[in-house]
Amino acid sequence: MTLLIKNGHLVDAAQKLDGAGYVFIKDGSIAASAPGTPPASLHPDDVIDARGMLVTPGFIDLHVHLREPGQESKETIESGCRAAVAGGFASIVCMPNTVPTIDHASIVKFVHLEAQRVGLANVFPAGTVSRDREGKELADIGELATAGVVALTDDGAPVMDAGLMLRALEYARMFGIAVMDHCEDPQLTNFGVMNEGFYSTKLGLRGIPSVCEDVMVARDILLAEYTGGRIHIQHISTAHAVRMVREAKQRGVHVTCEVTPHHFSLTDAALSDYDTNFKMRPPLRAEEDRAALLRGIADGTIDAIATDHAPHTDTDKNVEFDYAADGVIGLESALPVAYTKLVKEGALPLMRLVELLTCGPAAIIGKDKKGTLRPGADADVTIWNPNASYTIDAGAFRSKARNCPFHGWAVNGKVIRTIVAGETKYEAV
Amino acid sequence: MAWTKKDLLDLEYLTAEEITTILDTARSFYEVSTRTIKKVPALRGKTVVNLFYEASTRTRASFEIAEKRLSADVLNVNVSVSSVTKGETLLDTVKNLCAYKIDVIVIRHSVSGSPLYLARNIEASVINAGDGAHEHPTQALLDIYTLRERLGELKGRQIAIVGDIAHSRVARSNIWGLTKLGAKVTVVAPPTLVPRDIERMGVAVSHRLDEAIARADAVNMLRIQREREKQTLFPSLREYSKLFGLDEEKIKDLPEGMLVMHPGPINRGVEISGAVADGPHSVILEQVTNGLAVRMAVLFLVAGGTSLHPESLGT
Repeated sequence: MTLLIKNGHLVDAAQKLDGAGYVFIKDGSIAASAPGTPPASLHPDDVIDARGMLVTPGFIDLHVHLREPGQESKETIESGCRAAVAGGFASIVCMPNTVPTIDHASIVKFVHLEAQRVGLANVFPAGTVSRDREGKELADIGELATAGVVALTDDGAPVMDAGLMLRALEYARMFGIAVMDHCEDPQLTNFGVMNEGFYSTKLGLRGIPSVCEDVMVARDILLAEYTGGRIHIQHISTAHAVRMVREAKQRGVHVTCEVTPHHFSLTDAALSDYDTNFKMRPPLRAEEDRAALLRGIADGTIDAIATDHAPHTDTDKNVEFDYAADGVIGLESALPVAYTKLVKEGALPLMRLVELLTCGPAAIIGKDKKGTLRPGADADVTIWNPNASYTIDAGAFRSKARNCPFHGWAVNGKVIRTIVAGETKYEAV
Repeated sequence: MAWTKKDLLDLEYLTAEEITTILDTARSFYEVSTRTIKKVPALRGKTVVNLFYEASTRTRASFEIAEKRLSADVLNVNVSVSSVTKGETLLDTVKNLCAYKIDVIVIRHSVSGSPLYLARNIEASVINAGDGAHEHPTQALLDIYTLRERLGELKGRQIAIVGDIAHSRVARSNIWGLTKLGAKVTVVAPPTLVPRDIERMGVAVSHRLDEAIARADAVNMLRIQREREKQTLFPSLREYSKLFGLDEEKIKDLPEGMLVMHPGPINRGVEISGAVADGPHSVILEQVTNGLAVRMAVLFLVAGGTSLHPESLGT
């Protein structure tokens, strides 16, 4: 089975490819990708004309909550994968804070089997750092790694016990996987519900100080440096955290980090009318933090754009502010928000955006056949139209959830087709 | 000016003119409570629900008396927070009440923003009787009313607000209202009780009670809300009282006309000594009386009233 994608504009950060070209796919792998027109010697079974389109590696999201098993009213592996491919994501890393948690091999196996049955996106589970995500003792990390988890995290909660984090970083080295941390000291969060600053003061909402993230990022960097382990900072949100990651990288510490579209495109000012679709953890920060995130995106400090896709039901969100669940969805809005804010309205080179969505995250989960169009790579390809201009309509999302902070935004950049292992899994109507 | 708003949710989004309209209307209503028959038919045929998700004696009593003196039909619903967290949602509760075609909901809730949330979802008018640490607009209006009666024009007047600013909805509403009317506001508290970036609300911050009251025309003493603290914010009530409590010693050299206010309930001997609370500077009970007139005015205006002359309403 062969497929030729021609007449498109190829952008592959891993190969520094940026220009008109073609991609030739054979049996689920990239057989060729090159500038110019395809040689006449190719006799593809199928041809896609990508005129006017960008042809990039399939996007990879390091941070997705699929909610299954356990919270299927919010999202399922099936609905989450539909949302993923609709958003151009060929691969997603699903968080282990399910019920039960992904803390042993049988749950990993369940996720793999269900994802296989659904047959849309590649689903790579992350396992927990600690048993039952309780932060007390190490989960069976070896068993999880053997079952195929791509990272370890207690996401939703930090690993507060520094000793446990030190051992996790040391132990995970043996399997070459990163420990991902949700950096937040709960004693500094102190029941806060939004960023601490002028807006929390004015709104009378309990504030979450930015330093609650900073102290944990500082600790994690020191522990990674000491152990030689790999730490990945999830959903980085503060200016100081970005600065510390930048400095640690210069020292050679194995530290990486991800940023969400909501953190680089919104601030705590968005909370002004108590809309719970802007409530998440970490919270939307101040403008100076957002500016620091943009610098980190531009200068390479930040490695990946990840959505922290956190589906909730209307019942979870349509309540008084303090009682509303934390989190927003992002799979189906990430590309247009990132493209519009960073490239179209910002000064980010398109190649750098593609890197943040493809080979950047691929490196963090050690998937060298993902995130690139290099011959031999898996044939995951996203074809998108940067010029399409439209309004985000959360009501039309494939996700079960509607808790999207970007509903009604005028954006550019539309996913036209998502190809996973050579097969079209999504096509815009 | 004519009142056009469906709800009274906060003072932040009111103009100085709207605040003045409420205060002027309140002045007309003040007289009603001095009559032998303390009742006007202004809200006859209207149904008002007092929906309190937090314990309250004073504010609820004030609203209820105001409603009854306006001839409204009144229903009191008290909901403990524990029944909320396990049972019906706020919106379901209120939509059920609205099915009775009620006209006004007076709501107190421990979660900031809840009155706005309701106002956006129902047709009835919503009056905020205090939401979390956000706003308590009728309390600030009665404070401002009291200041206006005593001091006249508030432009350029120095008002100190002392105490638990961090947890205080009274402080926030007073800050918006007073600054809109041109007063200069200083908040006075230990740093742990001053919320971040409050200067951007247009106030000065002081950690010295003596300095702040020396130049104040009035001082509003807030109650320490230990029940809202999740972590210890100061060492002890004893120490707090020494540093920030108002007693006869601290007040003895101040001019006679300096006003001492308190939104109540008072913790005698903590933020204010009994002697000061009952002393010549105190206007605490005047605040309570004025509060009734202010709440009558607010109820009257949001329920669609336009006449500013209760005499014309008959008795």
